[in-house]
Amino acid sequence: MTAEEWTAVRLSLLVAVTATAASLPLGVAAAWLLARGRFWGKSLVDTVVHLPLILPPVVTGYLLLILFGKRGPIGEFLNDAFGIVFAFRWTGAALACAVMGFPLMVRAIRLSIEAVDTRLESAAGTLGAHPFLVFATITLPLCLPGVIAGAILCFAKSMGEFGATITFVSNIPGETQTLPSAIYTLTQVPGGDAGALRLTMISVVISMAALLGSELLARRLGARRVAT
Amino acid sequence: MSLDVDIEHRHGTFRLSARFVSQPGVTALFGRSGSGKTTLVNIVGGLIRPEHGRVTVDGKVLVDTERRLFVPKHRRCIGYVFQDSRLFPHLSVRQNLLYGRWFSHGNAGAVADFGSVVDLLGIGPLLERRPLSLSGGEKQRVAIGRALLAHPRLLLMDEPLASLDEARRAEILPYIERLRDKAGVPILYVSHSVAEVARLATTVVILADGKVTAVGPVLDILPLADASDGGSVLDAVVARHDEQFQLTILASVAGELQVPRLSAPSGAPVRAYIRARDVMLSLHPPQEISALNVLAGKVGQITPAGAQADIRLDCNGATLMARLTAKSVQRLALAPGRPVYAVIKSVSFERS
Repeated sequence: MTAEEWTAVRLSLLVAVTATAASLPLGVAAAWLLARGRFWGKSLVDTVVHLPLILPPVVTGYLLLILFGKRGPIGEFLNDAFGIVFAFRWTGAALACAVMGFPLMVRAIRLSIEAVDTRLESAAGTLGAHPFLVFATITLPLCLPGVIAGAILCFAKSMGEFGATITFVSNIPGETQTLPSAIYTLTQVPGGDAGALRLTMISVVISMAALLGSELLARRLGARRVAT
Repeated sequence: MSLDVDIEHRHGTFRLSARFVSQPGVTALFGRSGSGKTTLVNIVGGLIRPEHGRVTVDGKVLVDTERRLFVPKHRRCIGYVFQDSRLFPHLSVRQNLLYGRWFSHGNAGAVADFGSVVDLLGIGPLLERRPLSLSGGEKQRVAIGRALLAHPRLLLMDEPLASLDEARRAEILPYIERLRDKAGVPILYVSHSVAEVARLATTVVILADGKVTAVGPVLDILPLADASDGGSVLDAVVARHDEQFQLTILASVAGELQVPRLSAPSGAPVRAYIRARDVMLSLHPPQEISALNVLAGKVGQITPAGAQADIRLDCNGATLMARLTAKSVQRLALAPGRPVYAVIKSVSFERS
């Protein structure tokens, strides 16, 4: 394997982990709002969350470019206020992956929160637990398998994200060239087939490892619950 | 402790309008299913916000719609034992029991320490187990312990025995009695079982179609309770045991009662529950009759109910209910004030 291919693998892992970790708290909050919240404009929030799932990835990437680019309203503000730059950086790739993976993550978590018995939550309330603590001690532990599934889905989506990433942050080796972009680049040059195949194998291995890991984790959690 | 409730609430087409003040001890909310018992308890517990009215416990206002006051359930210090125990499946029995302790800030409620509650409910051997592996009766005992350990100033119990079979009920009832007598926490107890109410309650609130129809001490109110399962409660003490015939003789204001041998020692207070349909009436002292228990009394109120009638008897101050056919009422020419003899076919006894 060449150094460039290794870089792409490492970068992809960094981008996927960052995207998943950064969006997880937001994803849990959004899932809880959609599962338990009763507020005006809920269906609008639901639609916005799901938008990246329905839009063509290139469109999502272009929208990100407009909003978070150097001249974009949000991108300019973040740069001026905090010195955070997304455009053509690996952080931008992570943002694109997080946005693309978000609906999958929220969907999985939301379903598992809806499966938690609200009667248990009100019982915890009568025992003196503040709603926030009820969530932390009852709802969250009980929907943990769904949270894990959501995180894995987001991670897998991030490992494979191509369209939005390449549109938003381009394909810069060492900065924004993730696994899919690297494979795509290799297929475009003569003699790149061997490299593309190697990266494809790595991609398959990482995805399967993630899936297996989540299965094991979910099984262990389930076993702990039934254990006497 | 006094619980003061005066609320109105609408839920779909159902209207609940309740007003009562309860005394210390066990207050039973009694009524058929659908009469609004659970809604009322949920309002006291803070799970439902009433449309109008106020609820106070010991002078502390929990809800007052006029003053736009609503104390959320987690700040009410009210323990709630649900019909379905609602134990947390991801926590062990011990963690379930201690859950409320994280949040109770040493408030003024009855102090219950872990060891004594575990002993009181007999759940010591279950502590390391998971709720899923417990039987229904065990679950309810843990649920009661969990509510107690949150140091509530009032305990709500919504038909805690309804989901259990007869044997499990008999297993838990003594624990609730011990709770009433030892833990010192006032209890609002929801039930549609006359036997349970007779055994546990000091005060009874009868609810029918969302309205309170009667409130008062259990001995006065229970005879009015439910026409389909009418009966009366007699407070008595164990006078002596008849070892030869394996009988126990009880003394009550209404007279002596002989019942199958009880394990209670002499002098122990006992509460007897006599179903209305187990009482026959005779105008003369019956002679040569197999029934052992005959009490003298006077006819009080007669309430006709179709082909039958409920007769309220005054036996030296104690109330006894009898259910006869309308024909018998006419044949004996029963009327208020008429002296009669009540022949009691069977008595169920609950230690009080």
